[in-house]
Amino acid sequence: METTRRERIDRGLKVRTEGIYALSSFEEIIYLVGPRLVLIAGFLLLPLILGLAPYWKRVVNIMCVYAILALAFDFLANYVGLVCLGGALFVGVGGYLAAIFNVYLTLPFYLSIPLATVCGAALCTAIILPCLPLRGVYFAIVTLMYPILFSRIIEALNILGGTNGISGIDSFPGEYIEQYMIIVAMLAALFGMRRLVSQDVGLVLRGVKDNDQSIRASGINVTSIKSLAVFIAALMGCFGGAYIAHLYMWAGLSLFALDFSIIPIAAVVMGGGGTLIGAVIGSLILVPLSEFLRFFGTFRIVIYCIILVAFIVLKSEGLMVYLQRKYHQFERVVKV
Amino acid sequence: MEIVVYGVINSVVLALLSLGFALVYSISRLPNFAHGALYITAGYIVWLLLHAAGLPYGVSIGCGILATSLVGALIYRFIIMRIRGMEISEIIGTYAIGLAIIEGLRWGGLRGMTYTLPVFISGSIEMLGVTVDYQRLVIVGAGILFFVALFLFTRLSKIGLALRGIAQDERAAMMLGIDSDMTALISLAIGSGLAGFAAVLLLPLGNIVVEQGYNVLIFAVAVCVIGGLGSWGGTIIASFIIGFAQILTETFVSSHFVMVVALLAIIVTLLIRPSGIFGKQKQLEERV
Amino acid sequence: MSETIILSIRGLSKSFGGLKALVDVGFDVRQGEIYGIIGPNGSGKTTLINCITAFVKPDGGRVFFRDREITRWPAHRIAQAGITRTFQIMRPYHTLPAYKNLIIPLWSPRAKQHGGWRGGGKHGDRDTVAIDILEEIGFERDSRVPYKLAATLPTGYQKRLELARCMALRPEMIFCDEVFSGLSMSEIAGMVPLIEKLKMDGVTLVMVEHRLRELFRVADRVMALNFGEKIAEGAYTEVIEDKQVKEAYLGKEGV
Repeated sequence: METTRRERIDRGLKVRTEGIYALSSFEEIIYLVGPRLVLIAGFLLLPLILGLAPYWKRVVNIMCVYAILALAFDFLANYVGLVCLGGALFVGVGGYLAAIFNVYLTLPFYLSIPLATVCGAALCTAIILPCLPLRGVYFAIVTLMYPILFSRIIEALNILGGTNGISGIDSFPGEYIEQYMIIVAMLAALFGMRRLVSQDVGLVLRGVKDNDQSIRASGINVTSIKSLAVFIAALMGCFGGAYIAHLYMWAGLSLFALDFSIIPIAAVVMGGGGTLIGAVIGSLILVPLSEFLRFFGTFRIVIYCIILVAFIVLKSEGLMVYLQRKYHQFERVVKV
Repeated sequence: MEIVVYGVINSVVLALLSLGFALVYSISRLPNFAHGALYITAGYIVWLLLHAAGLPYGVSIGCGILATSLVGALIYRFIIMRIRGMEISEIIGTYAIGLAIIEGLRWGGLRGMTYTLPVFISGSIEMLGVTVDYQRLVIVGAGILFFVALFLFTRLSKIGLALRGIAQDERAAMMLGIDSDMTALISLAIGSGLAGFAAVLLLPLGNIVVEQGYNVLIFAVAVCVIGGLGSWGGTIIASFIIGFAQILTETFVSSHFVMVVALLAIIVTLLIRPSGIFGKQKQLEERV
Repeated sequence: MSETIILSIRGLSKSFGGLKALVDVGFDVRQGEIYGIIGPNGSGKTTLINCITAFVKPDGGRVFFRDREITRWPAHRIAQAGITRTFQIMRPYHTLPAYKNLIIPLWSPRAKQHGGWRGGGKHGDRDTVAIDILEEIGFERDSRVPYKLAATLPTGYQKRLELARCMALRPEMIFCDEVFSGLSMSEIAGMVPLIEKLKMDGVTLVMVEHRLRELFRVADRVMALNFGEKIAEGAYTEVIEDKQVKEAYLGKEGV
């Protein structure tokens, strides 16, 4: 009786280029470098292409911000094993700090954004610290609560502008700076993270997810490592928040909104968790989608959640993993 | 004196809200971040049955609680069961479901001030020099009765014992023939029913507002973390601690900080005694 | 084997609920020796290692390492001081190749101090050291073995990887939790020279073992545990002939 099964084999091109740096042909070089070049070039050319459609410039900016947030989530959840349910915390802290530096302390944007990023990250790491020695579910609980806590406090005490927020933040001097700053930041974050996770320190960070007992037994303080991971993610998130504050020239309670927590998660799940590039791809799809859904009001959150749950339940590996598989391997049916 | 009376009432309220979450977590290790959403769903269902379908109040309440249990069971059967065991997916999954329900209700129905449930008995009574309305008395009474009933149920009935068995040691219970999936389903159904029970008792006190979904979740999680994830006794004691802390804050500081108290309590607990008051979870130690 | 005492345990106790896993256990380990710990299943051997290396908090007792009390130290600090351990249930880093598993101990502060390599985070350096260590423990350098995913290695190699993980820290002591278990005779034959080499390099070994014959070949002194209590200590031949030890293993009728 004949049965068939599907077999997946690496493409010849992949095998030839695997782990070897002596690439002998143009074809192989393009195979390896091609996708990355397309990505980088595509993003860098985007502002020029969109010179014709100003509305979409804003969308691209927001999309890059969400891509950075999604990268942070992917890193924390799939590489270090910490599920962050409240990315809005980083955005809010970064945004409000940028507002404080810019409006109250009258620092220019090229100082307020870096300062907000670093100080915000330090602050966020410090307040998340208590739950780091504990199991993962506590991290999820704490990150879930903080954005809600902060927004309630600001509202209740009517500090930092209360429900009106802080307005009068400087905008960027020139549209190209506005666009390229975030695009370059996003590309830097993407390739930076990819580099980081394959460095030695990246291996230690990944070890936390796999087996943190072993890390302890190797003489490394797991809590310190986790704080490092949170700090890195917080840097990315706070930068996004600071950028948004300058983009909209306003910092308000909406910086702690659910969108900033949920869309990155949905983007990562859709794009493929654990691939980093999947986070960017996911944002590429979801953010323009959310623009269309703006008409529906808060219903769009329902849509994100449904997409999210669908992807999780169907155990879909995500788009990126699927695409990678197609790129690197081909399938054929074999008789057994 | 007022503080004592209101403190007790608030504590029982918190305990009612939290038990659903505590139960589900202790039995099936599932953090049910959709707990708040189920609370609101119950209120909405009862309102629909009462006003749109015109059923009598008692029937609406009964059906509402059962319907919420059913929703919980369905959520487990079709969504959570498939992602069991993957902690990251479980957390994201229940959170997303909860969010979808709450925001869906916000968009599709519950907006503004028009949704209320009537109180069971109107009027108030003077007790120990403090004016307390009947509804709150009913809450305390029903709450205490319920805790006693739950206590007896888990010690005397077969299903209750099975639930406790799984809560203590899942593998051993499975070897004794207790089906882990079925038990998790039942525990989520019961947890949802509890959320519904709390909802029908508490919602008449105010309006049905979607924000309550988030509040309930936060309070429930706060109480459970402080009492110790996995300990029912700890949950009740923690309810009293936070309950009184909140009343004190409300009296002496301002009512805005009620939520903040709960959240700060979590942080303080994690700093001082991470496993909570009666926590049985060995969060740092693991059998190697 | 010198006479200096490197590790001192006094009165170590641990209960899990009603179960007494360790009852007032005390012993000394001399520098450079191989100290065996034997006992039937459930006698508390692994709990003993866990308590000493702080993966489980003991209820009572004190632990001294080179005259410093380390009882309350956290696990990573103890590892950093030079006491390492293997895990009975091995959990290598699944997604990484074998030699990359060693990057993590090589990244720790202790390896930077004692490693004998330049350090500083350059990719190449740690990789080379990792491959060198693997060669020391018997992974053939030129084969694909060091590059295979750790989870796909056979048991003998995984056990050796565990030891390599400890060795990467250039430790003073290694607690070996049943390193011989699950190995075939030829794999054990490969392990024993490794153990002897470690001893020659000056590492003190405490070996919890179930396979007595292999332990006999390497151990200098041995302690026997039963139901969490120490019932015998001394040279291997004496302990094995001890009546209580025989009863513990074989039961009263079997003696």
